[in-house]
Amino acid sequence: MKYWIIIVAALNRKRWRTGLTISSLVVAFLLFGLLRSVAVVFTEDIDLSGDDRLVVASKYSIIDSMPISYLQRIKGIEGVDIVAHQDWFGGTYIDRANFFPKWPVPPKEFLDIYEEYKISPQDEEAFINTRNGMIAGKRLVEKFNWKVGDRIPIIGDIYFLKDGTNLWEFDLVGIFNDLENPANEEQVFLNYKYFDEARDMANGTVGNFIVKLDDKEEGPRIAQEIDTMFANSMDETKTYTEKAYAQMFASQIGDIGLIMNSILAAVFFTILLVTGNTMSQSIRERTSELAVFKTIGFSDITVMLLVFIESLVICLIGAFLGLGITAILMPGLSEMVSLSLGQVALDSSIIISGIGIAVITAFISGFPPALGAMRLKVVDAFRKN
Amino acid sequence: MSEILVDVKNLSKEYKRGGETLVVLKDLNLEIPKEDFLALMGPSGSGKSTLLNLIGGLDTPSSGSVSINGERIDQMNSKQLSNWRASNVGFIFQFYNLLPVLTAQKNIELPLLLTNLSSSQRKQHVETALNIVGLSDRSGHKPSELSGGQQQRVAIARALVSDPDILVCDEPTGDLDRDTATEILNLLKSLNQDHGKTILMVTHDPAAADSAKRSLHLDKGKLAS
Repeated sequence: MKYWIIIVAALNRKRWRTGLTISSLVVAFLLFGLLRSVAVVFTEDIDLSGDDRLVVASKYSIIDSMPISYLQRIKGIEGVDIVAHQDWFGGTYIDRANFFPKWPVPPKEFLDIYEEYKISPQDEEAFINTRNGMIAGKRLVEKFNWKVGDRIPIIGDIYFLKDGTNLWEFDLVGIFNDLENPANEEQVFLNYKYFDEARDMANGTVGNFIVKLDDKEEGPRIAQEIDTMFANSMDETKTYTEKAYAQMFASQIGDIGLIMNSILAAVFFTILLVTGNTMSQSIRERTSELAVFKTIGFSDITVMLLVFIESLVICLIGAFLGLGITAILMPGLSEMVSLSLGQVALDSSIIISGIGIAVITAFISGFPPALGAMRLKVVDAFRKN
Repeated sequence: MSEILVDVKNLSKEYKRGGETLVVLKDLNLEIPKEDFLALMGPSGSGKSTLLNLIGGLDTPSSGSVSINGERIDQMNSKQLSNWRASNVGFIFQFYNLLPVLTAQKNIELPLLLTNLSSSQRKQHVETALNIVGLSDRSGHKPSELSGGQQQRVAIARALVSDPDILVCDEPTGDLDRDTATEILNLLKSLNQDHGKTILMVTHDPAAADSAKRSLHLDKGKLAS
């Protein structure tokens, strides 16, 4: 600790340069914290027994549908509590920019499964009893200034009506909210019965089933039982936990973990060059000071360690500030981008790996100048000056 | 006769430049008694600074020996030389070489960071050194807030603070005006006479050499009387 004044003196020598270097590291670690937090959600291993809801999808493609008759057979499996289903409606509300998911579902079973969607009994009743009923999340209602009783036009792009037109009209009969995950309020649910009767194709089919279990520990067994039940049929199934399904769904856009890690690798490679260059320049400018340290008795190793510690301090300050800002921004980010995959969070493994990267960056960027400082010959240093 | 502090025997120093060998010092012999104040003079390239560096343990000879207080420093490795310099020799340079962002007090404290002294003990030593060089009232000032003479006094205090036997000075007044140079030379004389420090000073300035107890001339790597 007594050498601390030397480190502080070195960092204070050119405050602007030190500040800018630390700032670039802060940005890099902020990016690291944010991107890793999102990437973890997409890439973490999922345990089948960790969820009390299963999703049954077509084995070969998420766009393939399955007969609705499967519902009764799934319901008959021991340990299954409720079965609902949902379809991807697609469609556009006025303009393509107004994108939000629209899901035809069986109202009662669906709301019984998704207890986290809070809705008044009157609205729920209206949803169950209104043929072309729709319920919307609170956020969406506020966004489009809707109110219960409004008729919402949706232009179908996957599904047309039986008369060949594609203008669907749904009556907004209720509003739900999800306090734990407000991002879920940016979707609407439609009455499946009307959707299935009115559409011009694929009648009697569903996109996937949602199965609520009596006991989440039974998940692996029930998943296997469902898939075995429909093995060798025309529409074979693949059963996931809800989270694994969302992860698989997201992976359709590409390997998100790889994309994010590639961006981070590019960022840190650049930062490595920036920090390395700054450290080298800083040490070159202080050749005579380093020579003075050696003259008054500092050993070659001590001088080398001083340079390394200087590099380490810069990188760690950058890491702590960057990850600190990430932690501050995380609740807002989590609310903005939270997914059915799970909550986006800055967990301890990200913090630890961030600090690890800071140490490695410090070592690599500090190594050339530290080695130069160690090898510096006092006589040569003073002769050059 | 005073006890010999510095004993240089058959000292030679050569540098390789490309394929050429440059002989800077050749079979040089020199004895410096304790409490001596010796000025080394000579033209540029005569080997003065090289000799100073060898005696100060900053460089190693090509051949010959350098003993300080009976210790063969020419046989020490880099780490041993660092340790030896920390407690046995103080360096004073022409351009002071102070750390610009540290106060006078912190600059002077630097050599003491290598010791096991506590913070309060280090502070006490620094105050003593500042008293000796007459800068007690400027301890909190940074080098940029001090005159050239004051900066050199801080550098002298830094050289003194670990209480070395020998002070090695390379053109200590080379960057100062005459009056300030005289003040610095008087301070060095006082350190020699009142504090018993052995001083070896390289200078081009005959007036500076006059402050020393004796002068030696070096020419083409050899001592001339």
